[in-house]
Amino acid sequence: MSDNKSGPKNGPKTNNAGRAAILGAIRQSLGRPELSTDAKRGLNEHIAKHRANLVPARGKGDRAALIKRFREMAEAVSCTVETVADAAHLPAAVADYLRANNLPTQVTLAPDEWLAGLDWEGQSLLETKSGAAGIDDLVSVTPAFAGVAETGTLVALSGAGHPTTLNFVPDYHVVALPTSQIVGAYEEVWAKLRKANKVGRGFTMPRNVNMITGPSRTADIALTIELGAHGPRSLHIVLIDDETAGETDGETEQA
Amino acid sequence: MANDKSKTPINVGLFATCLVDLFRPTVGFAAARLIEAAGCAVHVPEQTCCGQPAYNSGDSRHARQIARQVIESFEIYDYVVVPSGSCGGMIAVHYPDLFADDPDWNRRARALAAKTFELTTFLADVMKIDAAEAISAAHDGTATYHDACAGLRELGVRDQPRELLAGVKDLALVEMDDTEACCGFGGTFCVKYGEISTDIVSRKTAEVVKTGADLLLAGDLGCLLNIAGRLKREGSSVQVRHVAEVLAGMTGEVPPIGEIGSERGGENNGKKDGN
Amino acid sequence: MEFMKPGAFKDNARAALADQDLRSAMTMLSTGMIPNRQGAVDRLPEFEKLSQRGRELKDHVLAHLDFYLERFERNCKAAGGHVHWCATAEDARREVLEICRSVDAKTVTKGKSMIAEEIHLNEFLEQHHIEPIETDLGEYIIQLAEEPPSHIIGPAIHKTKDQVSDLFLKHHAKLGRTERQTEPQKLVNEAREILRQKYFDADVGITGANYLIAETGSSIIVTNEGNGDLTQTLPKIHIVVTSLEKVVPTLEDATTFLRILARSATGQEFSAYTTISTGPRQDGDMDGPEEYHVILLDNGRSAMLGSEVQDMLRCIRCGACMNHCPVYQSVGGHTYGTVYVGPMGAVLSPALLGVAETKHLPCASTLCGRCEEVCPVSIPLPRLLRQWRQRAFEAGDVPSLERWGLSVWAFFAKRPWLYGLGARLAMRGLAYLGRDRGRMRKLWFAGGWTDGRDLPAPEGQTFQERWRKQQRERAAS
Repeated sequence: MSDNKSGPKNGPKTNNAGRAAILGAIRQSLGRPELSTDAKRGLNEHIAKHRANLVPARGKGDRAALIKRFREMAEAVSCTVETVADAAHLPAAVADYLRANNLPTQVTLAPDEWLAGLDWEGQSLLETKSGAAGIDDLVSVTPAFAGVAETGTLVALSGAGHPTTLNFVPDYHVVALPTSQIVGAYEEVWAKLRKANKVGRGFTMPRNVNMITGPSRTADIALTIELGAHGPRSLHIVLIDDETAGETDGETEQA
Repeated sequence: MANDKSKTPINVGLFATCLVDLFRPTVGFAAARLIEAAGCAVHVPEQTCCGQPAYNSGDSRHARQIARQVIESFEIYDYVVVPSGSCGGMIAVHYPDLFADDPDWNRRARALAAKTFELTTFLADVMKIDAAEAISAAHDGTATYHDACAGLRELGVRDQPRELLAGVKDLALVEMDDTEACCGFGGTFCVKYGEISTDIVSRKTAEVVKTGADLLLAGDLGCLLNIAGRLKREGSSVQVRHVAEVLAGMTGEVPPIGEIGSERGGENNGKKDGN
Repeated sequence: MEFMKPGAFKDNARAALADQDLRSAMTMLSTGMIPNRQGAVDRLPEFEKLSQRGRELKDHVLAHLDFYLERFERNCKAAGGHVHWCATAEDARREVLEICRSVDAKTVTKGKSMIAEEIHLNEFLEQHHIEPIETDLGEYIIQLAEEPPSHIIGPAIHKTKDQVSDLFLKHHAKLGRTERQTEPQKLVNEAREILRQKYFDADVGITGANYLIAETGSSIIVTNEGNGDLTQTLPKIHIVVTSLEKVVPTLEDATTFLRILARSATGQEFSAYTTISTGPRQDGDMDGPEEYHVILLDNGRSAMLGSEVQDMLRCIRCGACMNHCPVYQSVGGHTYGTVYVGPMGAVLSPALLGVAETKHLPCASTLCGRCEEVCPVSIPLPRLLRQWRQRAFEAGDVPSLERWGLSVWAFFAKRPWLYGLGARLAMRGLAYLGRDRGRMRKLWFAGGWTDGRDLPAPEGQTFQERWRKQQRERAAS
């Protein structure tokens, strides 16, 4: 990690006495002093290499298999999934989805450049605004950083283009995901993230990495599963087929 | 394994367990008959208990004293066979732990542990007997089998008794739901926490009754006394026996656990004595 | 409902066994959770290997805990967060209070956190005029009921739907909700609507953490409802209350645990929300907290390192051990009288609270071993329970009657001849008592047994007696 912050603001002071006491107690129990520089080097290497431990077979496969698995796994956790041929069709797909399901048509869009660049005005049904979610917002449309086939999980990164509240406050969440963003296993997301947020030799984490697998749910009342506990009641995924559309592009991208 | 051609017989020390010694001698004789049928010579050295009550109560000192006694009495045999997964597990799994800080006894404990087997695993895995041929027992009825915990989880007793029972003529085996759930016996637990134990065994008897079987089998007498005691208290007609009794064809020699006489209601059979 | 101490385990158990609502709730637990977990495990062929790797990783971290915690701290600070090292529960409560006071907090929303339960944070905040609002539905229910959690992942698992209906009517009527809801969906909705505004109004949001990542200085929460995310995103300050052993080296290492956690806990492939949080909101962010604090609690854990119960520090709090525990299924979590319940609680509580206070807990187990069998990080729970029993025995914390009984029994067990004599006499006596029915309904010295079960009568002679007789006869013939 590189320090992208000016450091702690006027919060409470670090409890130095507690810190020394705890680290001392740990070392005493382990029966050794602070680790030597050599020993630390090995551990630093473990972190620096951040190797994957074991990736299940279900996280592997060719593009078609992974996309199919992503879709099946997402549907298994009560997502609805549709595919459109390219991003230009997204506003219409959102409008159709909301209409077909009798849902509100006031939509809060993630302030994301790509999403904002689409023709939302063309959908007369939709009333769109952009920004973080307020308490009265009912529908959000957001992008996602990745989709993970092994469990049908969406990964969203917080940032200027994607306020975290959009994932949790509105009742209905629509996520637009180009199929090229679908990977097999979680580890591939970390690799993508390290690359996208690279700073010097390290990388920065966004405030939130949200891994979202289906709409909000609870089984806290009599072990009955109910959707929409505190977060979205439904999660609709619009896959944008950006791999087969421009065939040559798609193929080179996969390499 | 190597029993067929070798001249010297395989000498098996039978550790009957204190519950069998005290409550159900027939299980000891059934085990002996089965071990002999597998081509081994059976020896019963003087014995008391495996020490588990002390071990599980945190009294390691007494547990070690008793363990030494068992090791001394049994280490001369080729195998030690125990008609109980619980006591078998005590010897095969926990004895070495008891002597973790005593290299000499630890070595002896490990040596004994390596040749100690629960009865059905000895027959099926070590001697690899063909149940139908070697035993030729018959029992007309439907049985369900309870997987006693220690045997199942410490010694891997699961398929062996079922394979052997499959060789018993006229016997049908039906599985109960959650057969691997504990019956609530737990050694001294069943007396110290009698009410909880009763509640746990009631779940087990409900599963037993649900199968419609007329016979409950298991490989551990502690569990059997517990389940039989509860079934009888509930007024159930399901009979309860140690798996060895059925395998050895000895069900005619002793009434089911907690019952008297071969006919239910035949309370006036008067004196019964093993042989 | 009053909650007794762990010392009152037996009385608590008696009350629990007589509680019909609890019994019906617990039945659902065992019939639902066991097959759910099994299904999830069966669907992932690599589960065992992942679990083995998870175990190794935890052992690795524990052996280098000082290093990984320091690394976590460094990276957390680099991302703009604060780390508070707290040796005791009291220290942790004080640090939380100080942070809350820095913004004159009136209300605090809370995601589910067992560490917050461990340090009894709600009570403390209330004493200092700060209102804690539990937002996890289960925690919300038990907060209304003024009860502690009875399960580490399903805090209100002991409540039936009808009890929740009554509870909501009682507490929500003053908010204008005067209709008693009976459908789970409507009950969930009612809680959702009532809590919604509270998320936005809270000054501070407190969550726990399933993992801390040394590599990035991040904390992870794994939830299903989304309440934890609303709790940590909307207020000005996000406080993570967590403990030392939650740290893992890298994102990849955390991933291994994520693959086994939900499967072991609820039988899900993955929980609905797995959220990695790093520092406060960043430049350009339109939401998120302005401050991010991590309370790192020791509270007895550093002393467990290097001890016989170190393995317990591998625990990932999935709850599988209690779901599969026959004793827990019978008596529920409140019977334990401790924050952590079931097998993991019976092992952890003596380490946190002392052996004398909790001596019943390690004893109240059949040692059936199912907990160890389903534990995704292979904690040898029965072995650790025995360790505590041994400690209690050695410390003289065992009732004198039991100690005396063991000594008498051992006296005979060590003297086969005396044992044989005593056994022959005793079994003849018992057989005589049971001669009419083959069993006994009542035996004055075995009430623990015969209150609920008959005692099958022995055959009469002992095995060894008959065997020797038979051998003599064989030799003679």
